[in-house]
Amino acid sequence: MKNKYDVIVVGAGPAGSSVAKTASKAGLDVLLIEKRQEIGDPVRCAEGADKEGIKRHIKPDPRWIAAEVKGSYIFAPDGTKLQISEKLSGAEVGYVLERKIFDRALAEQAVSSGAEVIVKTSATGLIRKNKQITGIHARSIGESVDIKAKIVVGADGVESKVGRFAGINTTLAPKDIETCAQFLVSGIEVDEYSHFYLGNSIAPGGYAWVFPKGEGVANIGIGVRGSRSGKGMPVKLLSNFVKHHFPTGKIIEVVFGAVPASGPIEKTIANGLMLAGDSARQSDPLTGGGILNALDAGVMAGTVAASCIEKDDVSEKALMEYEIQWRETIGKKIRKSLVVKEKFGTLTDEQFNTLAHSIEGKCKSTMNVFDMILALFKANPRLLWEFRNLIK
Amino acid sequence: MTVTVNRYKCGYCGACVSVCPMAALELVETWIEINDSCDDCDTCVNICPIGAIESVKE
Repeated sequence: MKNKYDVIVVGAGPAGSSVAKTASKAGLDVLLIEKRQEIGDPVRCAEGADKEGIKRHIKPDPRWIAAEVKGSYIFAPDGTKLQISEKLSGAEVGYVLERKIFDRALAEQAVSSGAEVIVKTSATGLIRKNKQITGIHARSIGESVDIKAKIVVGADGVESKVGRFAGINTTLAPKDIETCAQFLVSGIEVDEYSHFYLGNSIAPGGYAWVFPKGEGVANIGIGVRGSRSGKGMPVKLLSNFVKHHFPTGKIIEVVFGAVPASGPIEKTIANGLMLAGDSARQSDPLTGGGILNALDAGVMAGTVAASCIEKDDVSEKALMEYEIQWRETIGKKIRKSLVVKEKFGTLTDEQFNTLAHSIEGKCKSTMNVFDMILALFKANPRLLWEFRNLIK
Repeated sequence: MTVTVNRYKCGYCGACVSVCPMAALELVETWIEINDSCDDCDTCVNICPIGAIESVKE
Protein backbone atom coordinates (compact mmCIF):
# COMPACT_ATOMS: atom_id res chain seq x y z
CA MET A 1 0.00 0.00 0.00
CA LYS A 2 1.25 3.44 -0.93
CA ASN A 3 0.37 6.63 0.94
CA LYS A 4 -1.18 8.38 -2.06
CA TYR A 5 -3.53 7.44 -4.93
CA ASP A 6 -5.70 9.16 -7.49
CA VAL A 7 -8.80 7.38 -6.21
CA ILE A 8 -9.56 5.38 -3.05
CA VAL A 9 -12.67 3.20 -3.24
CA VAL A 10 -14.10 2.06 0.10
CA GLY A 11 -15.88 -1.29 -0.18
CA ALA A 12 -15.28 -4.14 -2.64
CA GLY A 13 -18.85 -5.08 -3.53
CA PRO A 14 -20.27 -4.68 -7.06
CA ALA A 15 -20.30 -0.86 -6.88
CA GLY A 16 -16.76 -0.54 -5.55
CA SER A 17 -15.20 -3.04 -7.94
CA SER A 18 -17.01 -1.38 -10.84
CA VAL A 19 -15.66 2.05 -9.89
CA ALA A 20 -12.15 0.64 -9.40
CA LYS A 21 -12.18 -1.20 -12.72
CA THR A 22 -13.49 1.80 -14.67
CA ALA A 23 -11.13 4.30 -13.06
CA SER A 24 -8.02 2.15 -13.45
CA LYS A 25 -8.89 1.35 -17.06
CA ALA A 26 -8.97 5.12 -17.64
CA GLY A 27 -5.38 5.25 -16.40
CA LEU A 28 -5.90 6.30 -12.77
CA ASP A 29 -3.96 4.98 -9.80
CA VAL A 30 -6.67 3.26 -7.74
CA LEU A 31 -6.81 1.65 -4.28
CA LEU A 32 -9.82 -0.54 -3.46
CA ILE A 33 -10.21 -1.37 0.24
CA GLU A 34 -12.48 -4.00 1.81
CA LYS A 35 -13.10 -4.12 5.54
CA ARG A 36 -13.66 -7.85 5.58
CA GLN A 37 -10.88 -10.36 5.15
CA GLU A 38 -12.78 -12.04 2.30
CA ILE A 39 -14.48 -10.26 -0.59
CA GLY A 40 -18.08 -11.38 -1.15
CA ASP A 41 -18.52 -13.17 2.15
CA PRO A 42 -20.75 -13.28 4.16
CA VAL A 43 -23.47 -12.90 1.55
CA ARG A 44 -26.33 -10.49 2.32
CA CYS A 45 -28.32 -10.86 -0.87
CA ALA A 46 -31.05 -12.89 -2.60
CA GLU A 47 -28.64 -13.18 -5.56
CA GLY A 48 -31.10 -12.59 -8.40
CA ALA A 49 -29.91 -10.34 -11.22
CA ASP A 50 -30.85 -9.34 -14.75
CA LYS A 51 -28.85 -11.47 -17.15
CA GLU A 52 -28.38 -9.00 -20.01
CA GLY A 53 -27.43 -6.27 -17.56
CA ILE A 54 -24.80 -8.39 -15.85
CA LYS A 55 -23.35 -9.37 -19.24
CA ARG A 56 -22.65 -5.72 -19.98
CA HIS A 57 -20.20 -5.70 -17.07
CA ILE A 58 -18.59 -9.13 -16.96
CA LYS A 59 -18.24 -12.20 -19.17
CA PRO A 60 -20.58 -14.93 -17.89
CA ASP A 61 -18.76 -17.67 -16.00
CA PRO A 62 -20.44 -20.87 -14.77
CA ARG A 63 -18.44 -20.54 -11.52
CA TRP A 64 -20.70 -17.71 -10.37
CA ILE A 65 -23.98 -18.62 -12.10
CA ALA A 66 -25.88 -20.87 -9.70
CA ALA A 67 -28.95 -21.07 -11.93
CA GLU A 68 -30.75 -19.35 -14.76
CA VAL A 69 -34.44 -18.54 -14.56
CA LYS A 70 -36.96 -18.23 -17.39
CA GLY A 71 -39.15 -15.71 -15.63
CA SER A 72 -41.14 -14.99 -12.50
CA TYR A 73 -44.33 -16.12 -10.84
CA ILE A 74 -46.05 -13.66 -8.56
CA PHE A 75 -48.53 -15.04 -6.03
CA ALA A 76 -51.34 -12.94 -4.56
CA PRO A 77 -52.31 -13.64 -0.94
CA ASP A 78 -55.10 -16.03 -2.08
CA GLY A 79 -52.66 -17.95 -4.28
CA THR A 80 -53.64 -16.38 -7.63
CA LYS A 81 -50.61 -16.78 -9.88
CA LEU A 82 -49.33 -14.21 -12.36
CA GLN A 83 -46.46 -14.90 -14.71
CA ILE A 84 -43.89 -12.61 -16.27
CA SER A 85 -41.21 -13.66 -18.69
CA GLU A 86 -37.49 -13.43 -18.40
CA LYS A 87 -36.91 -11.34 -21.45
CA LEU A 88 -38.57 -8.32 -19.98
CA SER A 89 -39.07 -9.08 -16.35
CA GLY A 90 -37.00 -6.15 -15.16
CA ALA A 91 -33.79 -6.03 -13.24
CA GLU A 92 -34.45 -8.68 -10.61
CA VAL A 93 -34.30 -12.06 -12.35
CA GLY A 94 -32.43 -13.87 -15.06
CA TYR A 95 -29.37 -15.16 -13.24
CA VAL A 96 -29.30 -16.46 -9.72
CA LEU A 97 -25.73 -15.70 -8.75
CA GLU A 98 -23.20 -17.22 -6.39
CA ARG A 99 -22.27 -13.88 -4.86
CA LYS A 100 -19.23 -15.17 -2.96
CA ILE A 101 -17.61 -16.02 -6.29
CA PHE A 102 -19.22 -13.25 -8.35
CA ASP A 103 -17.96 -10.44 -6.10
CA ARG A 104 -14.46 -11.87 -6.16
CA ALA A 105 -14.59 -12.12 -9.97
CA LEU A 106 -15.53 -8.42 -10.12
CA ALA A 107 -12.63 -7.55 -7.82
CA GLU A 108 -10.31 -9.62 -10.04
CA GLN A 109 -11.46 -7.53 -13.01
CA ALA A 110 -10.53 -4.38 -11.10
CA VAL A 111 -7.12 -5.84 -10.25
CA SER A 112 -6.41 -6.92 -13.80
CA SER A 113 -7.28 -3.38 -14.92
CA GLY A 114 -4.53 -2.12 -12.64
CA ALA A 115 -6.24 -1.39 -9.30
CA GLU A 116 -4.64 -2.35 -6.00
CA VAL A 117 -6.87 -4.24 -3.54
CA ILE A 118 -6.32 -4.43 0.20
CA VAL A 119 -8.61 -6.47 2.44
CA LYS A 120 -9.26 -6.33 6.21
CA THR A 121 -8.95 -2.56 5.90
CA SER A 122 -11.68 -0.08 6.75
CA ALA A 123 -12.11 3.69 6.51
CA THR A 124 -12.42 5.25 9.98
CA GLY A 125 -12.65 8.88 8.88
CA LEU A 126 -11.85 11.39 6.15
CA ILE A 127 -8.81 13.64 5.74
CA ARG A 128 -9.76 17.22 4.83
CA LYS A 129 -7.77 20.17 3.60
CA ASN A 130 -9.79 23.37 3.73
CA LYS A 131 -13.20 22.10 2.60
CA GLN A 132 -11.84 19.44 0.29
CA ILE A 133 -11.75 15.74 1.15
CA THR A 134 -8.21 14.60 0.42
CA GLY A 135 -8.05 11.04 1.70
CA ILE A 136 -9.03 8.63 4.44
CA HIS A 137 -8.00 7.61 7.90
CA ALA A 138 -7.98 3.83 7.82
CA ARG A 139 -7.45 0.79 9.99
CA SER A 140 -5.52 -1.83 8.06
CA ILE A 141 -5.20 -5.18 9.82
CA GLY A 142 -5.34 -3.37 13.15
CA GLU A 143 -2.88 -0.59 12.26
CA SER A 144 -3.90 3.05 11.84
CA VAL A 145 -2.85 4.60 8.53
CA ASP A 146 -3.59 7.76 6.58
CA ILE A 147 -3.94 7.46 2.80
CA LYS A 148 -4.29 10.44 0.49
CA ALA A 149 -6.39 10.58 -2.68
CA LYS A 150 -7.77 13.15 -5.08
CA ILE A 151 -11.18 11.46 -4.91
CA VAL A 152 -12.66 9.11 -2.29
CA VAL A 153 -15.55 6.89 -3.41
CA GLY A 154 -17.80 5.45 -0.70
CA ALA A 155 -19.14 2.10 -1.90
CA ASP A 156 -19.53 0.81 1.64
CA GLY A 157 -22.97 -0.68 1.42
CA VAL A 158 -26.16 -0.40 3.41
CA GLU A 159 -24.22 0.34 6.62
CA SER A 160 -22.26 3.12 4.87
CA LYS A 161 -20.15 5.39 7.03
CA VAL A 162 -18.31 7.32 4.34
CA GLY A 163 -21.32 9.44 3.38
CA ARG A 164 -21.92 10.36 7.00
CA PHE A 165 -18.22 11.22 7.48
CA ALA A 166 -18.65 13.68 4.59
CA GLY A 167 -21.75 15.26 6.10
CA ILE A 168 -24.22 13.56 3.74
CA ASN A 169 -27.27 12.26 5.56
CA THR A 170 -27.61 8.63 4.47
CA THR A 171 -29.51 7.47 7.56
CA LEU A 172 -32.52 5.40 6.51
CA ALA A 173 -35.87 5.88 8.20
CA PRO A 174 -37.46 2.54 9.18
CA LYS A 175 -40.06 3.00 6.39
CA ASP A 176 -37.21 3.29 3.88
CA ILE A 177 -35.54 -0.04 4.57
CA GLU A 178 -36.47 -3.66 3.96
CA THR A 179 -35.18 -5.91 6.73
CA CYS A 180 -34.57 -9.41 5.40
CA ALA A 181 -33.84 -12.98 6.35
CA GLN A 182 -33.04 -15.79 3.94
CA PHE A 183 -32.38 -19.52 4.18
CA LEU A 184 -30.56 -21.60 1.60
CA VAL A 185 -32.90 -24.60 1.56
CA SER A 186 -31.93 -28.02 0.22
CA GLY A 187 -33.97 -31.13 -0.54
CA ILE A 188 -36.89 -29.36 -2.17
CA GLU A 189 -38.48 -29.28 -5.59
CA VAL A 190 -37.65 -26.18 -7.57
CA ASP A 191 -38.60 -25.06 -11.07
CA GLU A 192 -36.95 -22.60 -13.43
CA TYR A 193 -38.85 -19.56 -12.19
CA SER A 194 -38.33 -17.02 -9.46
CA HIS A 195 -41.32 -16.96 -7.13
CA PHE A 196 -42.63 -13.89 -5.32
CA TYR A 197 -45.32 -14.07 -2.62
CA LEU A 198 -47.27 -10.98 -1.61
CA GLY A 199 -49.45 -10.50 1.46
CA ASN A 200 -49.62 -8.59 4.71
CA SER A 201 -49.41 -11.72 6.83
CA ILE A 202 -46.62 -13.22 4.68
CA ALA A 203 -44.34 -10.17 4.56
CA PRO A 204 -45.74 -6.82 5.78
CA GLY A 205 -44.69 -4.12 3.30
CA GLY A 206 -42.42 -6.50 1.42
CA TYR A 207 -42.55 -9.95 -0.13
CA ALA A 208 -41.27 -13.49 0.23
CA TRP A 209 -39.14 -15.01 -2.51
CA VAL A 210 -37.94 -18.37 -3.77
CA PHE A 211 -34.98 -18.14 -6.14
CA PRO A 212 -33.77 -21.50 -7.51
CA LYS A 213 -30.05 -22.16 -7.08
CA GLY A 214 -29.79 -25.46 -8.92
CA GLU A 215 -31.00 -29.02 -8.40
CA GLY A 216 -33.19 -29.16 -5.29
CA VAL A 217 -31.80 -25.97 -3.75
CA ALA A 218 -33.18 -22.44 -3.47
CA ASN A 219 -32.70 -19.12 -1.71
CA ILE A 220 -35.91 -18.63 0.24
CA GLY A 221 -36.28 -15.30 1.95
CA ILE A 222 -38.52 -12.59 3.31
CA GLY A 223 -38.22 -8.83 3.35
CA VAL A 224 -40.31 -6.75 5.75
CA ARG A 225 -40.66 -2.98 5.62
CA GLY A 226 -38.75 -1.62 8.59
CA SER A 227 -41.61 0.53 9.87
CA ARG A 228 -43.83 -2.56 10.06
CA SER A 229 -41.26 -4.94 11.50
CA GLY A 230 -40.82 -5.93 15.10
CA LYS A 231 -38.00 -7.54 16.96
CA GLY A 232 -36.78 -10.51 14.91
CA MET A 233 -39.93 -10.56 12.75
CA PRO A 234 -38.28 -11.44 9.41
CA VAL A 235 -36.67 -14.64 10.66
CA LYS A 236 -39.86 -15.74 12.49
CA LEU A 237 -42.03 -15.16 9.40
CA LEU A 238 -39.49 -16.94 7.22
CA SER A 239 -39.38 -20.00 9.48
CA ASN A 240 -43.17 -20.28 9.24
CA PHE A 241 -43.14 -19.73 5.48
CA VAL A 242 -40.56 -22.46 4.89
CA LYS A 243 -42.35 -24.90 7.23
CA HIS A 244 -45.61 -24.28 5.39
CA HIS A 245 -44.41 -24.32 1.76
CA PHE A 246 -41.33 -26.57 1.99
CA PRO A 247 -41.90 -28.97 4.91
CA THR A 248 -39.18 -31.35 3.69
CA GLY A 249 -36.60 -28.60 3.20
CA LYS A 250 -33.33 -28.61 5.10
CA ILE A 251 -31.75 -25.27 5.91
CA ILE A 252 -28.06 -25.33 5.02
CA GLU A 253 -27.24 -21.63 5.29
CA VAL A 254 -28.78 -18.53 6.87
CA VAL A 255 -28.42 -15.00 5.52
CA PHE A 256 -29.47 -11.67 7.00
CA GLY A 257 -29.50 -8.30 5.34
CA ALA A 258 -31.20 -5.01 4.71
CA VAL A 259 -32.03 -3.22 1.48
CA PRO A 260 -32.24 0.56 1.15
CA ALA A 261 -35.72 1.36 -0.23
CA SER A 262 -35.74 5.14 0.06
CA GLY A 263 -35.55 6.10 -3.60
CA PRO A 264 -33.03 8.80 -4.56
CA ILE A 265 -31.47 10.63 -1.60
CA GLU A 266 -30.75 14.36 -1.59
CA LYS A 267 -27.11 14.18 -2.61
CA THR A 268 -24.35 11.66 -3.21
CA ILE A 269 -21.34 13.92 -3.75
CA ALA A 270 -19.13 16.34 -1.83
CA ASN A 271 -15.82 18.07 -2.56
CA GLY A 272 -13.56 15.14 -3.49
CA LEU A 273 -16.14 12.47 -2.69
CA MET A 274 -18.77 10.31 -4.39
CA LEU A 275 -21.08 7.53 -3.17
CA ALA A 276 -22.15 4.56 -5.29
CA GLY A 277 -24.38 1.50 -4.88
CA ASP A 278 -26.26 0.75 -1.66
CA SER A 279 -24.31 3.47 0.17
CA ALA A 280 -25.89 5.95 -2.29
CA ARG A 281 -29.27 4.23 -1.71
CA GLN A 282 -29.44 3.31 -5.42
CA SER A 283 -31.22 -0.03 -4.94
CA ASP A 284 -34.74 -0.45 -6.31
CA PRO A 285 -37.36 0.23 -3.59
CA LEU A 286 -39.92 -2.12 -5.16
CA THR A 287 -37.89 -5.17 -6.16
CA GLY A 288 -34.97 -4.68 -3.79
CA GLY A 289 -32.61 -5.32 -6.71
CA GLY A 290 -29.36 -3.45 -6.38
CA ILE A 291 -26.53 -5.28 -8.13
CA LEU A 292 -27.03 -3.90 -11.62
CA ASN A 293 -27.68 -0.35 -10.43
CA ALA A 294 -24.47 -0.59 -8.39
CA LEU A 295 -22.46 -1.80 -11.38
CA ASP A 296 -23.91 0.91 -13.64
CA ALA A 297 -23.37 3.67 -11.06
CA GLY A 298 -19.82 2.40 -10.60
CA VAL A 299 -19.07 2.91 -14.28
CA MET A 300 -20.53 6.44 -14.13
CA ALA A 301 -18.56 7.33 -10.99
CA GLY A 302 -15.31 5.87 -12.38
CA THR A 303 -15.71 7.71 -15.68
CA VAL A 304 -16.50 11.04 -14.03
CA ALA A 305 -13.58 10.56 -11.61
CA ALA A 306 -11.22 10.13 -14.55
CA SER A 307 -12.45 13.20 -16.43
CA CYS A 308 -12.43 15.39 -13.30
CA ILE A 309 -8.91 14.34 -12.34
CA GLU A 310 -7.74 14.99 -15.89
CA LYS A 311 -9.15 18.52 -15.66
CA ASP A 312 -7.63 18.86 -12.19
CA ASP A 313 -10.99 19.83 -10.66
CA VAL A 314 -12.51 17.44 -8.12
CA SER A 315 -14.81 19.95 -6.46
CA GLU A 316 -18.42 19.08 -5.71
CA LYS A 317 -19.38 21.25 -8.65
CA ALA A 318 -17.22 19.22 -11.04
CA LEU A 319 -18.46 15.90 -9.62
CA MET A 320 -22.04 17.05 -10.25
CA GLU A 321 -21.70 15.34 -13.62
CA TYR A 322 -21.95 11.98 -11.79
CA GLU A 323 -24.97 13.13 -9.81
CA ILE A 324 -26.74 14.23 -13.02
CA GLN A 325 -25.91 11.01 -14.87
CA TRP A 326 -27.17 8.59 -12.25
CA ARG A 327 -30.32 10.59 -11.47
CA GLU A 328 -31.24 10.67 -15.17
CA THR A 329 -30.99 6.88 -15.42
CA ILE A 330 -31.07 4.87 -12.18
CA GLY A 331 -32.73 7.74 -10.31
CA LYS A 332 -35.71 7.90 -12.66
CA LYS A 333 -36.32 4.17 -12.38
CA ILE A 334 -36.11 3.98 -8.61
CA ARG A 335 -38.31 7.05 -8.22
CA LYS A 336 -41.07 5.27 -10.20
CA SER A 337 -40.55 2.09 -8.18
CA LEU A 338 -40.93 4.11 -5.01
CA VAL A 339 -44.38 5.36 -6.10
CA VAL A 340 -45.51 1.77 -6.70
CA LYS A 341 -43.98 0.53 -3.46
CA GLU A 342 -45.64 3.30 -1.42
CA LYS A 343 -49.04 2.45 -2.90
CA PHE A 344 -48.65 -1.31 -2.50
CA GLY A 345 -47.75 -0.67 1.12
CA THR A 346 -51.27 0.64 1.75
CA LEU A 347 -53.17 -2.28 0.17
CA THR A 348 -55.07 -4.93 2.10
CA ASP A 349 -54.79 -8.60 1.15
CA GLU A 350 -58.27 -8.38 -0.40
CA GLN A 351 -57.12 -5.51 -2.60
CA PHE A 352 -54.02 -7.45 -3.68
CA ASN A 353 -56.30 -10.35 -4.62
CA THR A 354 -58.64 -8.05 -6.57
CA LEU A 355 -55.69 -6.64 -8.48
CA ALA A 356 -54.35 -10.09 -9.31
CA HIS A 357 -57.78 -11.31 -10.49
CA SER A 358 -58.13 -8.25 -12.74
CA ILE A 359 -55.20 -9.26 -14.93
CA GLU A 360 -55.12 -13.02 -14.31
CA GLY A 361 -54.61 -14.83 -17.61
CA LYS A 362 -54.07 -11.53 -19.38
CA CYS A 363 -50.34 -11.30 -18.73
CA LYS A 364 -48.57 -11.52 -22.03
CA SER A 365 -45.34 -13.45 -22.17
CA THR A 366 -43.49 -10.28 -23.07
CA MET A 367 -44.59 -8.36 -19.99
CA ASN A 368 -42.06 -6.84 -17.64
CA VAL A 369 -42.72 -5.68 -14.10
CA PHE A 370 -43.57 -2.19 -15.24
CA ASP A 371 -45.89 -3.39 -18.02
CA MET A 372 -47.70 -5.37 -15.36
CA ILE A 373 -48.01 -2.28 -13.15
CA LEU A 374 -49.53 -0.39 -16.10
CA ALA A 375 -51.93 -3.25 -16.89
CA LEU A 376 -53.00 -3.19 -13.24
CA PHE A 377 -53.55 0.55 -13.42
CA LYS A 378 -55.63 0.30 -16.60
CA ALA A 379 -57.83 -2.38 -15.03
CA ASN A 380 -58.08 -0.59 -11.66
CA PRO A 381 -57.71 3.15 -12.25
CA ARG A 382 -59.60 4.18 -9.11
CA LEU A 383 -57.71 1.92 -6.76
CA LEU A 384 -54.33 2.81 -8.28
CA TRP A 385 -54.94 6.48 -9.10
CA GLU A 386 -51.47 7.38 -7.76
CA PHE A 387 -49.95 5.53 -10.74
CA ARG A 388 -51.39 7.92 -13.35
CA ASN A 389 -48.18 9.95 -13.52
CA LEU A 390 -46.09 6.85 -14.19
CA ILE A 391 -47.49 6.55 -17.71
CA LYS A 392 -45.20 8.37 -20.04
CA MET B 1 -28.69 4.02 28.55
CA THR B 2 -27.79 2.08 25.50
CA VAL B 3 -28.49 -1.11 23.61
CA THR B 4 -26.67 -4.40 23.72
CA VAL B 5 -26.11 -6.74 20.80
CA ASN B 6 -26.18 -10.46 21.47
CA ARG B 7 -23.19 -11.45 19.39
CA TYR B 8 -24.20 -15.10 19.47
CA LYS B 9 -27.41 -14.16 17.63
CA CYS B 10 -26.14 -11.28 15.46
CA GLY B 11 -25.95 -12.02 11.72
CA TYR B 12 -23.67 -8.98 11.16
CA CYS B 13 -25.81 -7.64 8.31
CA GLY B 14 -25.59 -3.94 9.20
CA ALA B 15 -29.35 -3.22 9.13
CA CYS B 16 -29.13 -1.57 12.57
CA VAL B 17 -26.22 0.65 11.48
CA SER B 18 -28.13 2.07 8.51
CA VAL B 19 -31.12 3.25 10.59
CA CYS B 20 -29.28 4.62 13.63
CA PRO B 21 -30.04 8.37 13.73
CA MET B 22 -27.11 9.00 16.08
CA ALA B 23 -24.52 7.06 14.03
CA ALA B 24 -23.80 5.20 17.26
CA LEU B 25 -23.40 1.79 15.65
CA GLU B 26 -20.70 0.36 13.45
CA LEU B 27 -20.37 -3.00 11.72
CA VAL B 28 -16.75 -4.08 12.13
CA GLU B 29 -16.21 -7.25 10.10
CA THR B 30 -18.40 -9.66 12.08
CA TRP B 31 -19.52 -7.68 15.09
CA ILE B 32 -21.34 -4.48 16.00
CA GLU B 33 -19.64 -1.75 18.04
CA ILE B 34 -21.73 0.80 19.93
CA ASN B 35 -20.39 4.21 20.92
CA ASP B 36 -21.72 6.42 23.70
CA SER B 37 -23.84 8.63 21.42
CA CYS B 38 -26.67 6.05 21.59
CA ASP B 39 -29.77 7.83 22.88
CA ASP B 40 -31.84 4.72 23.43
CA CYS B 41 -34.37 5.36 20.64
CA ASP B 42 -34.71 1.59 20.02
CA THR B 43 -35.02 1.99 16.24
CA CYS B 44 -32.38 -0.72 15.77
CA VAL B 45 -34.17 -3.11 18.14
CA ASN B 46 -37.12 -3.40 15.74
CA ILE B 47 -35.05 -3.39 12.54
CA CYS B 48 -32.73 -6.28 13.42
CA PRO B 49 -34.02 -9.20 11.29
CA ILE B 50 -33.05 -11.78 13.92
CA GLY B 51 -33.83 -9.87 17.11
CA ALA B 52 -30.26 -9.74 18.40
CA ILE B 53 -30.52 -6.25 19.91
CA GLU B 54 -31.84 -5.59 23.41
CA SER B 55 -32.70 -2.23 24.88
CA VAL B 56 -31.02 -1.64 28.24
CA LYS B 57 -33.22 0.52 30.47
CA GLU B 58 -31.58 1.56 33.71
